[in-house]
Amino acid sequence: MFKRITMFLSFLLLTISFVQAKVIHQERSLYRNILVEDNGDLRCLKFNVRSTKTQQSCFLKSQPQQLVFNYTKLLMTSLLFNDEPKRILIVGLGGGTMSNTLAQLYPQSQIDNIEIDPAVIKVARDYFGFLENDKVKTYPQDGRIFIKRALLKKQTYDWIILDAFNGDYIPEHLMTKEFLQEAKALLSENGILSSNTFSLSELYAHESATYKAVFGDFYQVSNQVNSNRIILVSKEGFSNDSINTGKLNKLDEKLSIYGVDIKLLHRNLINTKSQQSWPESTRILTDQFSPANLLNAN
Amino acid sequence: MRRNKLLKTTTKTQDYPNIFIYLLAFTSGFCIMGIELLGGRILAPYFGSSVHIWGSIITVFMLSLSLGYLLGGKLSTRSASLATYGLIFLISAITLLPIALFSQGLMEIVFLNIEDSRYGSLLASMVLFFIPTVILGMLSPYSVRLLVKSSNESGQVAGKLYFISTLGSALGTIVTSFYLILWFDINIIVFSFSGVLACLGLLAIFINRSHQLHKVELSHV
Repeated sequence: MFKRITMFLSFLLLTISFVQAKVIHQERSLYRNILVEDNGDLRCLKFNVRSTKTQQSCFLKSQPQQLVFNYTKLLMTSLLFNDEPKRILIVGLGGGTMSNTLAQLYPQSQIDNIEIDPAVIKVARDYFGFLENDKVKTYPQDGRIFIKRALLKKQTYDWIILDAFNGDYIPEHLMTKEFLQEAKALLSENGILSSNTFSLSELYAHESATYKAVFGDFYQVSNQVNSNRIILVSKEGFSNDSINTGKLNKLDEKLSIYGVDIKLLHRNLINTKSQQSWPESTRILTDQFSPANLLNAN
Repeated sequence: MRRNKLLKTTTKTQDYPNIFIYLLAFTSGFCIMGIELLGGRILAPYFGSSVHIWGSIITVFMLSLSLGYLLGGKLSTRSASLATYGLIFLISAITLLPIALFSQGLMEIVFLNIEDSRYGSLLASMVLFFIPTVILGMLSPYSVRLLVKSSNESGQVAGKLYFISTLGSALGTIVTSFYLILWFDINIIVFSFSGVLACLGLLAIFINRSHQLHKVELSHV
């Protein structure tokens, strides 16, 4: 009974706080409208319009290390396949919550954040406690150019996180076969790439076929509600016995404080080897053919 | 003597329907904007999709068009003919080909040598688009020259020509961005533009020649 009352109360509180959402910062950058909103304890970064669909990044002011978004938790499944990433590349900063979490988890690792919009970097610093130091760097640059230059410098990364997509607009040159080949070349031997994407209808198939063409079969977790999905690929391809219970328990210990239930996430992972959800004949996206936004609108 | 020759060339322009010139001007307008729109997609893999990419492309297109207008106007004062007009089309078609054939290699060279993607994209746009756009720009004043028969109607003819070629540009922009990129590879679209321009150019040269032959026959009768 008591539990029910608290549930009801917290629900009420949540509704009230949504009503009282307060815009504490608003600016028009070169690329988009940026909004920072406070909902009681919850602070969110939004692009373009005031709707929940365009939330980019949220955190709880009282518990900044708690991962609020489902997809940030989902991204952690990458650690199942490479649990000691020494060099991490994040394309698409948002509020910088992913970077902060990883910096805490792996204080010895080098984290490079790439964000095309300098205004977003500033907002992350000013409103989301985005932390930078010797190990955590930020580059205001286009992701594709950064990767091309990093390849020239013969750098490698153990974990590349592509988070440059949102529900509204997709950078089409970050979805092509050529781009994924470049990203693959930048991965270290056991490197993992995880991509947070929003593919609807037709694009879903094209995107899937392109990832498969470059990396072979991959893992994915989809969220049907807002067409959000995480694609997990590795440089070497996945072997079947890569995750044992010992590893799982170790990770679970490490991640539970962030609100991540890695065991549950592990169960929900789908391998495209057993479940391919798009037609075999789907045309892949290339630098020559990449109408991602048109395909997504159809 | 010279005056006579001039008169002859002006009467020659009446041998073919004006609508043909307007059709050609429409097509060149269509292709210019189609190529400009593809420019953003061609450059993106090497120079990204930042705002300055469009800055570079639009700058290069405006600059080349302005020079093209100047050159085309100058050229039209030297015994203008449908044959020369067709030849400009043919040359523009040929100069478009490197965009499809060599863009990867050319952009690679620029990318390796210029770190700043603003100047990189500016130089790459210059290398890829400057020459074909200058030549396509030459067609506008040249079309005016072929269409105008008296100074009194010159303003009206120029107005009508801008109307039609700019309409072509509007259509080239929307058709390319809404449909062509959804159906075809970028290179296929570039080759098609080039092919259409080349065919129209050859047609103009052919029409010019057949009229000349016709005239020769007439003078022999």
